Amino acid sequence: MTASKTTIAKALNAGLRKAMERDPKVIIQGEDIGKLGGVFRITEHLQKDFGEDRVIDTPLAESGIMGTAIGLALRGYRPVVEIQFDGFVYPAFDQIVSQLAKLHSRSRGAIRVPVVVRIPMGGGIGAVEHHSESNEAYFAHTLGLKVVFCSNPEDAYWMIQQAIECDDPVIFYEPKRRYHEKGEVDLDATAAPRDLFSAHVVREGTDVTLACWGPMVRTCLDAAAAAAEEGHSLEVIDLRSVSPIDIDAITTSVARTGRLVVVQEAPSFVSVGSEIAALVTERCFYQLEAPVIRVAGWNTPYPASKLEEHYLPDLDRVLDGVDRALSH
Amino acid sequence: MSDTDVAATPPVGGVDHHVSVDPAVAVPEPRAAADGGPDMVQLLTPEGERVPNAEYDEIVAALSNEDLRGLYRDLVLIRRFDLEATSLQRQGELGLWVSLLGQEAAQIGCGRALRPQDHAFPGYREHGIAWTRGIDPMRIIAMYRGVDKGAWNPDEHHFHGYTIVIGNQVLMGTGYAMGVQRDGAVGTDDPERDTAVVAFMGDGATAQGDVNEGFVFAGVYNSPIVFFCQNNQWAISEPNERQTRVPIYKRADGFGFPGVRVDGNDVLAVYAVTTQMLDRARSGQGPSLIEAFTYRMAAHTTSDDPTKYRVSAEVEVWKLRDPVARYKRWLMSEGIADTAFFEAVESEADELAAHVRTATVTMPDPDVDDIFDQVYVEPHQQVEDDKAAFHAYQDTFEEVQA
Ligand SMILES: Cc1ncc(C[n+]2csc(CCOP(=O)(O)OP(=O)(O)O)c2C)c(N)n1
Ligand SMILES: [Mg+2]
Repeated sequence: MTASKTTIAKALNAGLRKAMERDPKVIIQGEDIGKLGGVFRITEHLQKDFGEDRVIDTPLAESGIMGTAIGLALRGYRPVVEIQFDGFVYPAFDQIVSQLAKLHSRSRGAIRVPVVVRIPMGGGIGAVEHHSESNEAYFAHTLGLKVVFCSNPEDAYWMIQQAIECDDPVIFYEPKRRYHEKGEVDLDATAAPRDLFSAHVVREGTDVTLACWGPMVRTCLDAAAAAAEEGHSLEVIDLRSVSPIDIDAITTSVARTGRLVVVQEAPSFVSVGSEIAALVTERCFYQLEAPVIRVAGWNTPYPASKLEEHYLPDLDRVLDGVDRALSH
Repeated sequence: MSDTDVAATPPVGGVDHHVSVDPAVAVPEPRAAADGGPDMVQLLTPEGERVPNAEYDEIVAALSNEDLRGLYRDLVLIRRFDLEATSLQRQGELGLWVSLLGQEAAQIGCGRALRPQDHAFPGYREHGIAWTRGIDPMRIIAMYRGVDKGAWNPDEHHFHGYTIVIGNQVLMGTGYAMGVQRDGAVGTDDPERDTAVVAFMGDGATAQGDVNEGFVFAGVYNSPIVFFCQNNQWAISEPNERQTRVPIYKRADGFGFPGVRVDGNDVLAVYAVTTQMLDRARSGQGPSLIEAFTYRMAAHTTSDDPTKYRVSAEVEVWKLRDPVARYKRWLMSEGIADTAFFEAVESEADELAAHVRTATVTMPDPDVDDIFDQVYVEPHQQVEDDKAAFHAYQDTFEEVQA
C-alpha cells in the first residue's frame, strides 16, 4: 500500500487524470480550465498532457457549456463539465433540468447522457456574492440527476472516477473551502473503497446520529470530538450522495441512537435535510426519542461575507442541535 | 460521411493522450497585444497627438478647457482609488479587489458622456463609471470588504447595482430601456427628458446568452440603450479568440444596430463616440454597441495569477498605450493645463487615498440582523422564525458569559 497524504484538490486532479487515461472518450470543458488549470487548479496540467481537444477552454457561457456537453455525450463522449462557482450554474439550469435529467426517460432508455457536472460549492471563504451557495436541493429535486458530494481526499479521488463511469448524469459537488485539507489516498489501489451512492459511517457513536455531507462532514467530526469530551457519543454519517439517499444507512444508525441531527450549509426550508427528516420520521417513528433536528444555513439568501460566520453551521451550532435532540 | 471527411471525425486521444489539434477545429492563436486596427476610432495617439476626425471633432470641441481638465482629474483620482484598494486588499482589509487599471479612459470617457437622467447598469469592475455618477467610492469598498453586497440605491445616482453573474445586467438594462420607451422619454427633443441606458460588459461576457438576448430584445424594440463592452483582451485566462470569431463591434451588424470600435485608452475618443451613441438612443434611433478596445493591466482580481496564462511582453506593449500619460501629454502640449494643475490633482489623489484607507479600516462591521432583514418586503414566517431562533441561540452565549 502506497497511501500518501494529499489534498482534495490534488486528489480530484489525480482522479480526473486516471479517468482520462482509462477512457479516451472522457473530455473536460469549462471556463479557464486549460492554461490556468481552473480557478481552483483542479484541472492543472491536464490540458498540457491531454491536449486542447480533450481539455477545452470554453466561451464564457454556461448554457453553452452544458448544452454542448449533452451533445458531446450523444456523440459518444463522456464530458466532465466544470462550473466555476456554485452561483454560476444557473445559466445552465435549463439544459440540466430540461434535457440532461430527462433524455433517458424521454427516450424510454434509448439515450444515455453520462455527463458529470463538477461544482465547487459552499461558503466559508470570504467571497463576494454568488460564490458561496449550496444549491443541491434544486438538483436533488430534479429526478433523473444523481447528486453527490466528496468530503475528503480519498472520496474525491474515487468518487470523481466513479461519477465519470456512471451512465447517469451526476452533479458532483466539491466543498471549496476544504480543497486544501489533507488526507490519505492510495493512488495505486485498483478498486474504489465503496459504492458512489452509499453513505459512510465516518465515526461510530451511540447517543446521537449526525447526518452530513460535503463541507459539513469535517464540522461534524470536530463536533463529535468535542461532544466526546462532554461524555456524548455521536455517530457521524457522511451521506456522500444526496440523490439517491442511502436511507438504510441512516435508519440503521437511528435505530440504535434514537436521535438524528441533519447538518447542511443550505437553508433548511425545502431542503435535502427536510427530505431526510421526512424519510426518517416515516421509517423510524417508533425508534425516535426526539424529533429530527436540522442544523442548517438560515432561511435567507447567503449573506455578505462579514456575516457568513453567523450564517454557516459551525461546531457550536451542531452541538446546540445535539443538545436539543438530547433534551427530549 | 466518407472516410476522407476528416472534419466530421472528432479527434480522439491516441495512446499518449496528447492530441494534436485537428485543423478543422483549430482556432487562431491569441493576439492580445494587437492594436485595434484601422476601424478603431482614435483621437489621441499613444504619444498624445491629436488625430483629426470629421465625425467626432465637433463633440470634442464642445468641451471647455475646464471639462478637459476635469477628465484628467477623474482619470488620476480613479486610478489612485483603485491602487489604494488593491493595497488594502493585500493587507487583508478587503476580501477581494477587482482592479480597473488600464481601463480608466474607457470608463471616464463613457461616464462623463452620460446625462443625469441616463441610467448605467454595471458589471463588477465599473468603478470609474460609479465615480462619474457620484457614487461614494466607499460604497464599492464596502461590497468588496464583505460588509454588504453593493447596497446603494440605484435611484440616487442612476447607477444600478454591481452585477457579478456575467451578463445578467445586460438584459436588465435592456428592460429598463423598454420602460423608458413606454414612459415616452425618448425622441421628445427635450434634453432633460430624453433618456438613454448604458449596459456594461466585458469581452468574455459577449459569449453569454443573456448578453445576446439583450441585443436581440433591444434590436427588436429599438430600445434606447448603448451596450458598452470593455474589451480588455482577457476573460480571466481566456483571450478574445475563445469568445468570438469576429471582432466584437462587428457582431452588432447581425443584431441590426451599429457597432463601433473605439480606442478605450483614449478618453477623448471614448467620450465622443459614447456621446454620439447616447444621443442616438435618446433621440429614438435605437441601440448601439461600443467596443472600447483596452487592456486589463492588472490580474483579473486579486485572487488571480496572470503569469499562468499571459506573457509580460504583452503587458509591456500596452504600458506604452497608457490612457493617463497620453492625455496628460496632450493637455500639456495644448497648454490646457499647467504644472500647478497637475500638482494639485496629485495632492487631491493623495488625500483621496488617505481618506479611503482610513474610512476602510474604521468601517464598522455589519449588523447581524442584516442576514434576515429585507429578504422580503412583507413578512415571511420561516425567515422570521429563523431570526428568532438565531437570537435565542446568540443569547445562550451571553448567558454563558454573564
Ligand atoms: C455566469 C458567470 N460565469 C462565470 C463567472 C466567473 N467569472 C467572473 S469574471 C469572469 C471573466 C469575465 O471576463 P470579461 O467578460 O472579459 O470581463 P472582465 O473581467 O475582463 O472585465 C468569469 C468567468 C461569473 N461571474 N458569472
Ligand atoms: Mg475581459
